[in-house]
Order: sequence, then C-alpha cells, then structure tokens
Amino acid sequence: MIAFATLLERLTLTPGRLAKLALLEKFFATVPDPDRGWGLAALTGELSFTAAKPALIRGLAEQRTDPTLFRWSYDFVGDLAETVSLIWPAGAVSAEPPSLAEVVHTLRTQPKTALPAILAGWLDASGPDVRYALLKLMTGSLRVGASARLAKTALANFAAQSGAGMHGASISADDVEEVWHGLTPPYEPLFAWLEARGPRPDAAGAPVFRPPMLAHPIEAADLAALDPASYAAEWKWDGIRVQLVAGPGGRRVYSRGADDISAAFPDIVEALDFYAVLDGELVVARDGAIAPFADLQQRLNRKSPSAKMQADFPAAVRLYDILFEGPLDVRAEPFAARRARLEAWFAHHAPARMDLSPLIAFGTVAELETLRDGARAASIEGLMLKRLDSPYLAGRPRGYWWKWKRDPLTIDAVLMYAQRGHGKRSSFYSDYTFGLWRADGELVPVGKAYSGYTDEELGRLDRWIRNNTVGRFGPVREVARGLVLEVAFDAAQRSGRHKSGVALRFPRVSRLRWDKPAAEADRLETLLATLP
Amino acid sequence: MPHPDTWLCVRPEGLYCQPGDFFIDPIRPVPRAVITHAHSDHARPGHGNVLATPETVALMRTRMGEALGGASAEALAPGESLAVKDVSVRLVPAGHVLGSAQVVMEHAGSRAVVSGDYKRAADPTCAPFEPVRCDVFVTEATFGLPVFTHPPAYREVEKLLESVRLFADRTHVVGAYSLGKAQRVVALLRAAGWDAPIYLHGAHMPLCATYEALGVALGDLRHATVAGAKNLVGQIVLAPPSAIADRWARRLTDPVVALASGWMRVRQRAKAGGIELPLVISDHADWPELLQTIDDVGAPEIWVTHGNEEALMYAATQRGYRARALRLVGYDDSEETAGTAAAQEDAVPEAAV
Repeated sequence: MIAFATLLERLTLTPGRLAKLALLEKFFATVPDPDRGWGLAALTGELSFTAAKPALIRGLAEQRTDPTLFRWSYDFVGDLAETVSLIWPAGAVSAEPPSLAEVVHTLRTQPKTALPAILAGWLDASGPDVRYALLKLMTGSLRVGASARLAKTALANFAAQSGAGMHGASISADDVEEVWHGLTPPYEPLFAWLEARGPRPDAAGAPVFRPPMLAHPIEAADLAALDPASYAAEWKWDGIRVQLVAGPGGRRVYSRGADDISAAFPDIVEALDFYAVLDGELVVARDGAIAPFADLQQRLNRKSPSAKMQADFPAAVRLYDILFEGPLDVRAEPFAARRARLEAWFAHHAPARMDLSPLIAFGTVAELETLRDGARAASIEGLMLKRLDSPYLAGRPRGYWWKWKRDPLTIDAVLMYAQRGHGKRSSFYSDYTFGLWRADGELVPVGKAYSGYTDEELGRLDRWIRNNTVGRFGPVREVARGLVLEVAFDAAQRSGRHKSGVALRFPRVSRLRWDKPAAEADRLETLLATLP
Repeated sequence: MPHPDTWLCVRPEGLYCQPGDFFIDPIRPVPRAVITHAHSDHARPGHGNVLATPETVALMRTRMGEALGGASAEALAPGESLAVKDVSVRLVPAGHVLGSAQVVMEHAGSRAVVSGDYKRAADPTCAPFEPVRCDVFVTEATFGLPVFTHPPAYREVEKLLESVRLFADRTHVVGAYSLGKAQRVVALLRAAGWDAPIYLHGAHMPLCATYEALGVALGDLRHATVAGAKNLVGQIVLAPPSAIADRWARRLTDPVVALASGWMRVRQRAKAGGIELPLVISDHADWPELLQTIDDVGAPEIWVTHGNEEALMYAATQRGYRARALRLVGYDDSEETAGTAAAQEDAVPEAAV
C-alpha cells in the first residue's frame, strides 16, 4: 500500500508522459503480485469501491479529533479525504499498513457494519499518504491523470525491460490491449506473460477490444502520387470512433482509446443483437441526419443516461468496417473484401440504430477535391481515402488510409486573456482566450485556443503578453486589445451557454497577425451570419 | 507587578515595548528596533538603531548592504542580557533560521517572550529553540491547524534523492527561500550523503557565503546560471520559489520541479503551483510543535500572531491557557509560498539572475 500511495501522489502531480511511464514501470518492477495487479486495476478504473460514504469517514474523523478544529481544517484543505488523511492522529499502533490485496479482500468479504472499525484500524496503522490513497480508493474517487492506454504502454515497456524482451519476443501496448478486456484483476497471468514466465492469456470468446486502424493526414505529395483506381473514398463524419463488440461473450461499445463506454449508450448496446466486431462512427442522429457534435457531447461521459436523454439525443452508429464476422477474424482480408462482407452482413441483419457509411464514387483526385470543398454540412469533417487492398492493421501504418480534412474556416480575433500552460509549457502563457467585436463596440470572448503556433511564436507571444498585461485574475492575465490572432476552426455552432452565442469546434491559432490593428478584427455578426 | 498587557502593545509600526521604547520587527522605520531574524518581512531597512544577534546583523548586511538602510547595529549574543531603559532584553535561539531569536523581556518582575518565527525540529544550520518560562508568550501560528504535521525533513530529502535516481536524465530544481530554507536543504542533502556540487540560483549565493563565513559548512556550491544546461542533467539545482516555474527555469533540461515548503503538505497547493515533487520541509513550527511549545513555556497567557490565530487560540483555551489574538499586520509567509502564484511570479527580475 505504501508503494501504491507513493505512486499515486507522483502520478497526480507529474505532467510528463515519459515520467509517468517511468513511475508505472518502476511500480510494476518492484511491487510483487498480487498487489501490483490490484494497483493496476485501481489506476485503470477496473477497481473501485463505494464502500465508504463521505459521512462515514467524516464521522470517524470527528470521533478522533475536535469537531471545531476538524471543521476549520476541512474549510482550509477543501477535500474530505485529504483533510482526514492529514488530521488523523498518529496512532500508537505499531501495525503495518494493509496491503492492497488485504484491502480488496476485506472490502469484498466484510459486512458494511464492520467497516468503520476496520477503516479506523487501517488509518491508525498508516501515514498520511497511505491514508489518503485508502480513503480515495474506498470512496471510489481515485483520479490520477493516467489513462488506461498509458498503463498498457507502461506494461509493454515493463515487459521489454524485465521478461519477454530479454527472450527476444516483443510485446507491444496493442498486444496488451488485445488481451486486456478478457482479464480480471489482479492480472497474475498477464504479469506472468510479460515476465516470460507464462503463456499469452487467452481471450477467446471474451468481448475484448481490438486496437483500431488509424489514418494519416494526407500531404500534397501523397495526393499527387495517389492512384484513384486503388482507393475507396468515404465521408469523414464528425462523431467519435467506436468499436462494437457483440457475441456470446457479451456486448460492448468501446471508444477509440479502449474505454468501455457501454454504460453511457444502453440504446446502442440493446441494438447489438448479433455476433460480430464492427468499426464505425458514433453520432447523434435524428431521421437519418447527423446532429451537431454538441448533441453527442450531451451523451458522452454519462454513467447512465435518463430515458429522456436517450430520446432527446438518440445515438446511432454509422458503420464502415468489419473486423470479425461471428468468430471469424477477417482483419487480414483486403478492404474491398471486408467492405463487401460488411454490406452483405448489414443487408442480412439490418441492425437497429445503424447504417452504412456510403462509398463515394469518383474518377480523379480533382473530382474528390471538388467534393471535399463542396461539403459544408457540419457533420462532415472531410474525406477518408482507403486503399482497396489494405488489411485491417493495428495502429497507424503508412500508405493505407488517409484522412483529408476540408480546409478549416478562419476568423481574425483579438487576444483578450492568456493563461499559463502545463508541464513543459508551465512557464509560458500558452492558452489564449480570443474575442470578436460586437456591433455595440464590445469585445466578447468566442473561444480558447491552446495550439497551432511554433515554439518561436510561443516565445514571442509570451513576451508580448507579459509586456501588455492590464489585469490579473489568479493565473490569468488580461491583455491590452492589441494583438490579432487568425484562428482556424472546423465548425461553428450556435450555443446558449456562451455569451457570444456561438461555440467553435477545435479552434487553434493559425497565424499571428502582428500587422493587423485590433479594431480591424472580425465582427461577431459576420460569424453568426454563416450559421444555419 | 505590572502585567505585560500594560507595557507591551500593538502600534501601527508594530509590537511596541513601552518601558524600553523599542519595537520588535517593526514594519515601518522606527528609532529603535529589535529584530528577531533576517527575513525581509521582519528585518526592514530604515531604522535608527537595530538590536539583533550577531548572525542576524551579518545576514542583514548581506541583504541590505553594509549600511543596513541607514541603521546603526548593535549585536547581542544569545543568552546575554542588555538593559534597554527599564527593560532587560535577552535574545534566545528560536530555531527558525541562522541567527533567529526569541526576544525575552523582563520589566518590574514580569516576563514576556516574543517567539518571532520558530520551529522545534532539528536543523543543522541553526541553534535549536530553547523554551523560556514566562508570564506572556507571543507565538506565531503560520501552520496553526491540526492538518499540519511536518514529516521528518530527512525523509523528504530521501524522497528527493530517490527521484534524482529514477529520473537521472532530468534536472531537479528545488524551490527554496533564499535565506534559511536553501541552506537547510543543502545541509540536509550533505547529511544524506549527496557530495556532488549543488547548483544555485544567483539570489542564493551571497547568503550561502554568509552562512559559510558564520561557520555553517555547505560543501561545493556552484552558480547554476553559468554551469550550462548539459552539466545540470542528473544534478540538483536550488532556486527561489518565484523562479522555479518561470522563465529562469527554462534553461534547465526537462526539469522536475520541486518545492520545499510546509504548505506542500496540502496536495492542492502543490498541484495548483505546478509542483511535481512536493517536499514538506518547513522552518515554522507545525501544529504539534506549537502545542508542545505552549506547554513548555508554561505561560498562563498566550498571544497569537500571524497565521491561523483562531484555531491555535481555541486549542490553547482548551488546554487551560488564556489566549488572545495580536493583530500584527505586514508579516507574510513568503518563504513558504509556492512560486507560481501570480502575485509572486515576477518577484525576481531577470537582471538579478
């Protein structure tokens, strides 16, 4: 538990990806089974308890401390678990803190009534860091800023360092991904495989996630070399990529990042009455028309959407590939064969809440370009080009799939506020709120951009902001209205939540207009006029 | 026997001792000042005459220049008594930083002690706090809440060294206030066996030199600014809290940003400050030390100043002491504050580094 608590604290505070990987690898290498597996489960969200309610914890703390001092302390610290972990009187107990395995076993087997006494005993035996980890684990509110994908990458690195790598075999994060959803904590067979002590865990039948095939953005040179006869084209839809897994082993909706989002989409899960693994775009659709991305956002990150929510924002999947038909793995087949298989399968099953992403007929690249430029529907981001002979390969292999986004829209906006970034950018003002002029002469914020500039431009922006600060609000600086940013964005939508009445999709800085006076930046009306 | 109530009071300039006609750590220029320690919010320039320990006088000269902002200085060695008009004054070690002292005042048979800032934990760079029995004890309360229990400082330094081993290809930059904290961290590193050169921000250099001149050995110290980023990989760099997450730190290679401060006990403080490695090392008494000290000095009456007065008064009352708040303004805990707070960030002008 001590190693886990230390890991937790450092992961929470460490911004860098490589540093997080190093911390995780060290944990896997130094903590024995089964505790490392339980730790992994806790970090990836596979293990969470709601055994201890905040009221129980608060009650325990008030028994051990002065209630007035406790209240002042809680006011100061602001987080219950942290307050209790810090204020808990150092015990006269010489016991060791519990192991993670002991915590898990106890919480699973002991009746709720026994919990307060058990928890008090654990807190007595622990220091502040372990108390904090315990309380966060038991209240199901462990947030560490380490994604499941990061943990799997760390597992692959760990394998390379410790076991499989030394025997010449290599295990990638994708390999871990393929077995992951068939495993349960504390993952002892997984660690045995990674350390070359055991076979690859067999996920047969389980509704596991398969790493998706991703596309490269197409460059001018790729486009010039493209042979239209060997490619299929589809629209690139503005939803989120999902993998539908259904069969005797269960039904799952996975995001592109391997998160199991089934619970948020019970309407989709209900429609998975087949045996296949499919690739497609999750959208909100009404009468076959795709709704703006903002509608889909209403459905994301909800643990269990209400019936009303499901009716108001009906989810659908636009299918574009098939990975398994029944138990048959068809990923090695060429795209053209899989597409034919998908069409035949779809015609036969006609699953609810799904349709096929149509192929677009074209003869030349010039024709495609005309199509791409003509597509102005908000639901279309651009085109996908897929080589007809491409197998379905994990990751982002070169030369098979291309994405060709349509040119972004741009506005000339005025920089209003700047905030410092995180990690490597923590000393730079790198997050920019920009605004447009309203008819009454007021500048109103329309969005925030965090990217799009070069390192050199960032340095120049940072200096300009420091020299032109007119107000400070905590970490935010208000600047003089003197710098115009050309902001690129994929789409604009009306929004009642923003003062400006408009929300931009993926805004980023495309150019710094040092030359342009702020008064000549764009008007809000001009932007609003382009919206439906 | 006149109660200290009748001869010790708060004036706009600071805490005033009437029969001795002097102020303790005044925030405005006064004719005669007794200074507990050399931190800038306690030792300000412009007084007529300054009475302090020899170490504090030396550190003040380093900070303000030989002229001490115009004051004449009188050094009083710890333990010696000096009659200042109708008051007998003694300076007794407070354990906060080198030279830090409590002011012990006796007048007409009653005794009051002003703690200044203090701590009870061991510190290799300064003399330990000595409790003095008294009628009124004026105590600080920077960490006056029961959530503040500082862990042993050597354990925090072990944490730092473990991180240096794990991230050998990065530079560890530790935010530490330039007077006291920086030297203590260096001394703790030396005690933990870190014999490599320790690299310092320019602002730390003169005060470290004064510490060495006063007999505190700190080992091989070098200028971080002239060392070059490559030579700092795998090394430890100390800088003022205001510099660690700002432009100055850009010269370092993929730095692990640490901060040595009692406030690092609270995670949210570390997170908000962008601190990757919080080190809970404080030069102020933690909650158990505050209570311990109140018991040790045996004063029936406790006056509480700067910090969380309310909670400490409450706890003192529960232990059977009379307690009241002494509203002294102008002292901050700048030596403990995280460096990225907006108000602080430009405190170190680039010209000074």
